[in-house]
Amino acid sequence: MSLDFRGEAPVALSPEERGQDAIEEARRQVQICNACRYCEGYCSVFPAITRERAFADGDITQLANLCHNCRGCYYACQYAEPHDFAVNLPRALAEVRSESWERFAWPRGLAGTFQRSGVALAAALVAGIAALFLALAALAPASGEGFYAYLSHAAMVAIFAPAFLFPVVALGVGVRRYWHETGGSPVRWAHLKEAALDAGRLKNLSGGPAQGCNYENGDRFGNARRHAHQAVLWGFLLCFASTSSGTVLHYVFDAPAPYPLWSLPKLFGVPGGVLLTVGAFALAWLKTKADPELGAPSRWGGEMAFVLLLGLTGLSGLVLYAATGTALVPALLALHLGAVLALFLTTPYSKMAHGAYRFAALVRDAQGRAP
Amino acid sequence: MNGTLESTLWDVIVVGGGNAGLCAAIEAAEAGARVLVLEGAPEPYRGGNSRHTRNFRCKHEAPLSVLTGAYQEDEYFDDLIRVTGGKTDEALARMTIRTSEECLPWMERHGVAFQPSLSGTLSLSRTNAFFLGGGKALVNAYYNTVEDLGVTVAYEAEVTHVAVEDGRVQGLDVTIGGQTARVEARALVLASGGFQANLDWLASAWGEAARNFLIRGTPYNRGAVLRDMLDQGADSVGDPTQCHAVAIDGRAPKFDGGIATRLDCVPFSVVVNRNGERFYDEGEDVWPKRYAIWGRLVAAQPEQVAYAIIDASSLELFMPSLYPPERADTIEGLGQRLGISGPKLRETVDAFNTACREGAFTPTELDGLATEGLDPPKTNWARPIVEPPFYGYTLRPGVTFTYLGLKVDETARVSAGGARLGNVWAAGEIMAGSILGQGYLAGFGMTIGTVFGRIAGQEAAAHVA
Ligand SMILES: Cc1cc2nc3c(=O)[nH]c(=O)nc-3n(C[C@H](O)[C@H](O)[C@H](O)COP(=O)(O)OP(=O)(O)OC[C@H]3O[C@@H](n4cnc5c(N)ncnc54)[C@H](O)[C@@H]3O)c2cc1C
Ligand code: SF4
Ligand code: SF4
Repeated sequence: MSLDFRGEAPVALSPEERGQDAIEEARRQVQICNACRYCEGYCSVFPAITRERAFADGDITQLANLCHNCRGCYYACQYAEPHDFAVNLPRALAEVRSESWERFAWPRGLAGTFQRSGVALAAALVAGIAALFLALAALAPASGEGFYAYLSHAAMVAIFAPAFLFPVVALGVGVRRYWHETGGSPVRWAHLKEAALDAGRLKNLSGGPAQGCNYENGDRFGNARRHAHQAVLWGFLLCFASTSSGTVLHYVFDAPAPYPLWSLPKLFGVPGGVLLTVGAFALAWLKTKADPELGAPSRWGGEMAFVLLLGLTGLSGLVLYAATGTALVPALLALHLGAVLALFLTTPYSKMAHGAYRFAALVRDAQGRAP
Repeated sequence: MNGTLESTLWDVIVVGGGNAGLCAAIEAAEAGARVLVLEGAPEPYRGGNSRHTRNFRCKHEAPLSVLTGAYQEDEYFDDLIRVTGGKTDEALARMTIRTSEECLPWMERHGVAFQPSLSGTLSLSRTNAFFLGGGKALVNAYYNTVEDLGVTVAYEAEVTHVAVEDGRVQGLDVTIGGQTARVEARALVLASGGFQANLDWLASAWGEAARNFLIRGTPYNRGAVLRDMLDQGADSVGDPTQCHAVAIDGRAPKFDGGIATRLDCVPFSVVVNRNGERFYDEGEDVWPKRYAIWGRLVAAQPEQVAYAIIDASSLELFMPSLYPPERADTIEGLGQRLGISGPKLRETVDAFNTACREGAFTPTELDGLATEGLDPPKTNWARPIVEPPFYGYTLRPGVTFTYLGLKVDETARVSAGGARLGNVWAAGEIMAGSILGQGYLAGFGMTIGTVFGRIAGQEAAAHVA
């Protein structure tokens, strides 16, 4: 009679086998969760798990992009290490998620660089600023008002229209690949609406009844990260609205910049810039307090650099506005526009891409939930 | 650390940092006492069996938090009588039931979040409140609360001896990091769980077969404190040969496999022992009502093992399993994969199939689809096992907890020789036998721990105030 018959457990792969393949490892953990189900109330991931019994690669990709890394399920898990089952779902899904963005990126390859390496993103920033200095020097207009005194409107459009359109196209290709891999069906209005509501409230970072996520304070719940992320999201959208309203004023109403404080571009832009800046630096600070082992540690540098780039973009825009009329304007203009350029051009390959894939995952989840 | 622990005269020492101990520590600290919690496990494994739980059973007159409808005292008590066969102390049981209602808001105030009944457990949404994230999240919330209250917690602190003299506790021997220390307290709360992880003790009650049992929860509940108290004449309740055991996946780890190792396939299976023979009616009742008897049934089979056999048509009728089942295209092949005689298994399954009759199969309720002329019969869901591939699970008894414990009164006070000890209280599994003489009511363990933990903490603090 044996005293110890610890089984040959396929689900408890040996430590060497674990983590070899991100999808395989996540599948192992997801199967444990599906037999346990204690975390159902935290987020949409667990209800999506319980709708299936077997998980194809595309299902795992979808779950990974649905997970917002709130970490509630890690601290709640009775099977977390040192337990043999070694469940760390936030990490397993983070690894799958960042790998999936690298796989879907178009052209492939670039994403690996910018997601993994903060240095690469910093280099992109330097290159962006340098490009703007060159442009300012080479394309200095004979006349013009406000910023256009340093870089003509035509030159700005020539640089930024492609820099804006390119990431849109590249991300479009990526999201199409995502949709194919996760088996999405044609999108209906109701799915988009549900996804937009979830994204706008960051429902999956709310911890459900826990009313917060576990991030900067170990297993204590808080909303700091969610609020900081809201600030960034809404700040970014306001900045975007500011630029869009400026474009409309310029072309439709023939009212070129500079705009006074009580104008749409400024009313959107200033609060947007403040929210973006404060939110981004808050996120960066929180990130230094959180346990990197519950994310994808190899992507930590790229993520941190991205958040800082966002913060810098907002901050340089605000400083530029504050410096209006001073001799600092040309240098600040190059700095700000250089940051914007770097942010836009690296979007399909940096953490910025998460917005598109996460939204796609929310839409896909709304489809899965529909009866 | 041992230095400060030893040089302080603690108001209240709580032995065991699971649900019951933490509830006691919170109440005592909130009453102003200087509290020390001695937890035998290392920090990642703190919280004993409580970290494996998912809900607690709660009386309520009207919808309360996540609980639907009403669940009143008499219905709750009737449920208890049914499972214990009357082996309970009515006064204590009713007090526990009544107090459970105020526990839910108390738990919420101390950081516990609840979630609606989990998928697949809708039947419990009226009676049991589910912890968001399960018991470990509850335990984490309580540890944060005691930290905020200034309670001192020592991990890997195993109490080996409680020094009872003249009806009072004078001090405790505790081993911390290999070193033994003597700590002193004015009042003591014992909340160190049962002894199910002590295989020698189980074997002395159950026979050598017990060494083949799996222990579903913590390996740290070895009953050292319970044994020590019993040896010093503390009054006990409960039967030493009784333990709560269910049939779980035979491939589960020896300890701490928890909820995920449960298997719900029995009602749709033919279950055989090592010899390939059936031994009990697999379809006697719906699974939640029969879950708990299968541990004993399997424990009584040779080598304490059994095998549940299903065919492709039943694979998706029950909750997904932790480990994938064994699979084969023939019954003989499946027998071989499971390590039992293929031809014998074939013979048993054939006999079962022949005894099945036509009729409607309804997996969600008693469908009366019974075998004819088979011994033992299968009285519901008896559908022939014919559609390949065939699947098999190995079943082993998984022990949840033991029943033998300390006898307490309605103030959670421990006694010896019929007289109350001056300054010792007990809560949780270590005294649950006072109310649960046998059987088990889902979610009642956490209710007992919360109710008595809180009382013990209040009483101990009042004693030293
Ligand atoms: C898998 C599983 C699922 C369960 N699900 C539920 C459920 O959903 N609902 C429910 O009500 N009940 C459930 N139970 C039963 C429930 O776990 C117990 O009734 C309850 O947790 C008992 O709480 P406790 O505080 O008395 O013991 P525990 O939580 O076990 O705590 C005892 C503590 O004492 C410590 N300890 C032990 N010996 C010593 C020593 N000598 N010195 C110092 N410390 C010591 C241990 O490390 C442990 O932390 C479940 C049990 C298991 C195993
Ligand atoms: S994370 Fe852990 S506790 Fe949560 S569902 Fe998965 S296995 Fe269960
Ligand atoms: S980390 Fe949060 S969002 Fe991700 S699966 Fe766990 S609970 Fe859900």
